[in-house]
Amino acid sequence: MIIEYLKVFITGGIICSIGQILIDKTKLTPARILVIFVTLGVIFTAIGVYKPLVDYGKAGATVPISGFGYALANGVIEEVKDKGFIGIFTGGVKATSAGIAAAIAFGYLAALFAKPKIK
Amino acid sequence: MENDKIKMTVKEYSEYVESKSAKSPIIKNIFLAFISGGLICVIGQIITNLCINYGIESKDAIIISTISLIFLGAFLTAVNLYSKIGKYAGAGSVVPITGFSNSIVAPAIEYKSEGFVLGLGANMFKIAGPVLVYGILTSVIVGFVYWLMLLVR
Repeated sequence: MIIEYLKVFITGGIICSIGQILIDKTKLTPARILVIFVTLGVIFTAIGVYKPLVDYGKAGATVPISGFGYALANGVIEEVKDKGFIGIFTGGVKATSAGIAAAIAFGYLAALFAKPKIK
Repeated sequence: MENDKIKMTVKEYSEYVESKSAKSPIIKNIFLAFISGGLICVIGQIITNLCINYGIESKDAIIISTISLIFLGAFLTAVNLYSKIGKYAGAGSVVPITGFSNSIVAPAIEYKSEGFVLGLGANMFKIAGPVLVYGILTSVIVGFVYWLMLLVR
């Protein structure tokens, strides 16, 4: 149990550290970091590099936004296997639908009740 | 009158930012990002394991964990705590899914005063929009390539 959490901690820590190095060394904005990580997550999953990371680090690899890319790529590959051509368009969003809907719903509610910061 | 203080050219501003950011020690930043990012992932794993203990399928457990973290990120942003954590955590608070959630709520709050459609609604996806655009676009390309590979086989 402890070993499992340690693996999660280290994997997640390393992925976030890579993001920090990019921010410090390249002046990439957080928005670009998120886009790069999600895109690389999709590509690395497609070429079979990300899966071993998920097997080892579990939430350490799925909680970072690259894990969102992992879910997108896995979803689209599974769906193309099952349904063929239309799977190209249904697989990715289907696999991540819960996250997207939750982000919209909770995001909207949070914004509704929060007070804007006075600058 | 108050505006005099912030009258800076773009060049002056970037020099100002550089002078401030040059002081931030990279090793310390990486260390803090590692710890905070790692901890958020551990919270995700704890929620996943709790769900599995209650007999929920592991695939669904991961979804519940993701939704919970999105809620947490939105909530902490709404009560103005997430940006405070972010000051120390850096990428450790940006890269996890809670940061994705934060990127939706923060601009939504900021632009709320401009109305519910073009203010709140339009700005929610100011940062998350590009993430979805490039993520989904790449997944469609991957799907297409995979479909072609299945055809050739």
